[in-house]
Amino acid sequence: MRLFGEDVLPLAAEHIVLALVPVLLGLVISLPLGWWAWRSRGARRILLPLTGVLYTIPSLALFVVMPILLGTRILDPVNVAVALTVYAVALLVRSVVDGLDEVPSEVMTAGVAMGYRPLGLLVGVQLPLAVPVLVAGMRVATVSSFSLVAVGAIIGQGALGALFTQGFERFYTAQIVFGLLAIVILALLFDALWVLVGRLLAPWNRRVARPTSSVEV
Amino acid sequence: MLSSLVAWFSAPAQWSASTGIPARLLQHLGYTALAVLVGAVIAVPLGLYIGHTGRGRLLVVGLANGLRALPELGVLVLFVLLIGLGLTPVVLALMLLAIPPLLAGTYSGISGVDPAAVDAARGIGMTESQILFQVELPNALPLMVAGLRTAVLQVVATATIAAFVSLGGLGRYIVDGQAQRDFTQMAGGAILVALLAIVLEVALQGLQRAVTPGTRRQEPARTDTVTAGG
Repeated sequence: MRLFGEDVLPLAAEHIVLALVPVLLGLVISLPLGWWAWRSRGARRILLPLTGVLYTIPSLALFVVMPILLGTRILDPVNVAVALTVYAVALLVRSVVDGLDEVPSEVMTAGVAMGYRPLGLLVGVQLPLAVPVLVAGMRVATVSSFSLVAVGAIIGQGALGALFTQGFERFYTAQIVFGLLAIVILALLFDALWVLVGRLLAPWNRRVARPTSSVEV
Repeated sequence: MLSSLVAWFSAPAQWSASTGIPARLLQHLGYTALAVLVGAVIAVPLGLYIGHTGRGRLLVVGLANGLRALPELGVLVLFVLLIGLGLTPVVLALMLLAIPPLLAGTYSGISGVDPAAVDAARGIGMTESQILFQVELPNALPLMVAGLRTAVLQVVATATIAAFVSLGGLGRYIVDGQAQRDFTQMAGGAILVALLAIVLEVALQGLQRAVTPGTRRQEPARTDTVTAGG
């Protein structure tokens, strides 16, 4: 589908991959880190402030610094993907800690009494009960990831964000409005997907469907 | 790489010229302060009203969620195309980013005040405005500052992008470096932007701790973990 002289569908597909893969990767990394921070007071004292500082680094700066840290080329999409993974981890480690904190101690005691070993308790009791908080974190991480990918367009790696940089150069308002709508709709689509996943994984908890009005830094 | 960065940072022109680091830093801080100030003039009274009366709570939740999905770069270039090059469109776009956290912080601060304290104030005959300014506002201050912190960091990050639409600020180094294929300049700019954000984060965390009474001081609240929807 060609629009505004751009093949829009491949750009949209690239945008989805660039936004979503870091969030999923971030979840995989955050689960053990968050569990560690939840268990150990020392780890919590180091990990939570560290992730807080990482989260404050502006995206454009992180995109530019990535080639130095990774040894990649400046125009490599990997820079954007790794930078967004850093943000996802920064956000989700806290969600994992908060989610595990929510599990009532009586429930855990009951689990131990039923013969759950630590790993079984984590997978069978704690994580399912943490699902609503985790889903809330994933929603925030996903929505901001979709909007941050577009910033990469300034350094030539922004998928649908290219509609903004080109629209600006050509003074073409319609192209920018189209880009805004496309990115917002994609973000809200995947936001809704997480709500659905949350309902399937934790059908007893209807609260997950309500929007959290948390605000990202 | 490292030696060229050191050379870039230590060049005398970098610290004196009108395009030097201090001038760029002041521009960056100027845009940020202006946008947050204008945003606060709108968001704080609105948050006080919604928090005190409980009317329009859905507006806070909707704004906070809806505006987060908007790509900053798109909003910025759209405003410039609609208004023209200059400071106004950039400040308006940045203000739009400052409003949701300020509004959410103020609203959740006010609505989270212990209802018993508000009832007691009403019981001893305080007027509604006395309750708001002498009971609710002091109690809401930590969360309001948390909102300010989120707003400042969001705006400082996005002010970097202002260079793309021909404004100054530290983002200039990244955008110019990109155009001139001068990676040292880009990296130097990126390091400055990151440092500025971290310094502001630490300073605002300190402010937040200063306005939080004793027992709650351990971990400063953040609006990104506060649920204003209830």
